[in-house]
Amino acid sequence: MSAESSLRNRFERGLAAPICLTWELTYACNLACTHCLSSSGRRDPNELSTSEAKALIDEIAAMQIFYVNIGGGEPMIRRDFFELIEHAVNQHVGVKFSTNGTRIDEAAARRLAAIDYLDIQISIDGVDAATSNRIRGAGSYDSARRAMDNLKAADFGQFKISVVMTRESIEQLDEFEKLAAHYGAELRLTRLRPSGRGVDVWQELHPTLEQNRRLYKWLLARPNVLTGDSFFHLSALGEALSGLNLCGAGRVVCLIDPVGEVYACPFVIHEEFRAGNVRGSGFRDVWQNSELFQSLREPGNAGACASCGSYDACRGGCMAAKFFTGLEMSDPDPECVFGHGERALTAKKVLLRPTPSPDHSRQVPVTISAR
Amino acid sequence: MTSSTVVAFDASAPWQLNEQVSLRDESFGALAYHHGTRRLVFLKSRELVAVVRQLSDFDSADAAILALVPEGQRARYSTALTSLVRSEILCER
Ligand code: SF4
Ligand code: SF4
Repeated sequence: MSAESSLRNRFERGLAAPICLTWELTYACNLACTHCLSSSGRRDPNELSTSEAKALIDEIAAMQIFYVNIGGGEPMIRRDFFELIEHAVNQHVGVKFSTNGTRIDEAAARRLAAIDYLDIQISIDGVDAATSNRIRGAGSYDSARRAMDNLKAADFGQFKISVVMTRESIEQLDEFEKLAAHYGAELRLTRLRPSGRGVDVWQELHPTLEQNRRLYKWLLARPNVLTGDSFFHLSALGEALSGLNLCGAGRVVCLIDPVGEVYACPFVIHEEFRAGNVRGSGFRDVWQNSELFQSLREPGNAGACASCGSYDACRGGCMAAKFFTGLEMSDPDPECVFGHGERALTAKKVLLRPTPSPDHSRQVPVTISAR
Repeated sequence: MTSSTVVAFDASAPWQLNEQVSLRDESFGALAYHHGTRRLVFLKSRELVAVVRQLSDFDSADAAILALVPEGQRARYSTALTSLVRSEILCER
């Protein structure tokens, strides 16, 4: 067994604290992206207060979690946004936050540039306004580009441009690379999962087998493109992509939602993957002792993938993608590179897709440009 | 950001854990996070973690290895320390 794979086995048994902790500050959002993994829109009245949020940051620091990925909703909508990130950074907890960019005007860009240990990811879903706005809504592309311009003008340094790979955006890989180079930014590509509202669009927007093969080759040639370990199911095609190449849910990854609920990963905001709440005995207790997380750290069952020669690379893929498409945990990933997932989906007589919970989508429609 | 000059590992020199690095103990060893480069590095054994933590008590990396590592394993530790120098987890004192 190589050193890398034995390390991966250790990771599968869980760590003292997560490496990749995502904390969604709010379910409130001024956009209504069709693929939103957290079904965001309206603020939850039960959101953690400023003092609860600060106490959580203190615990994160005490657990030596080196950085936290902050998201939402749109995190900058919270009035105490700067207060919270400054509180984290002052305790050497680095902050990486994802934003749609609408709130990064010139003044905000200057304020962000003055903070150490801060990474910013600005999301777009196409390299041109038409493609991106089809998913993110009218005007969203221009405001994201304005945010990038403002960060550049404020000398923020290297930020990240974050793109979810859809059937459309995947055709623009080279252009995204050029856009990132134009800003001196890093490019971050992640997988479209059928989570949150994403379940409604996954069927028509997830990449085809052929597109996934192209993406794999493109990524293999560009180890500097960030992926958050999103595409390890593609490693079944041959040489492993860079990253840990495992499903980290409850082992090295987890999510804290705006009301303090702890889920196994950002893409499984669902009753079945809820481990506890930080408002009870605190985050450390949930991470270390929750029954759900303990069970996720047990050796997995290869199920239908057991006879696959690529199991060691792909490990049966993404739990969230299986769960929300109605597959069993023992089934192959719905985007299995050998087509086994698609066959498993067609073979199910009745597909019982779980309803995503909770849903904070706005009831009033938001203007979205016509297709 | 950090400078791009690559520091060579001179085992006869005194070394220490970079002040910008946090170490977190884990069952397999430790995680090291460099707050400047924002890179995460895995220390894959507890013995290596012990050496890294105690480097600053010795006049040279060689002396630390000599005192803390059993004979047959010393070459491996030099290699491991070399890579930690390259990733700026360690720096000269
Ligand atoms: S059969 Fe399973 S392990 Fe093999 S490539 Fe498909 S999803 Fe991955
Ligand atoms: S469930 Fe999917 S998205 Fe979540 S950690 Fe596992 S592989 Fe990643």
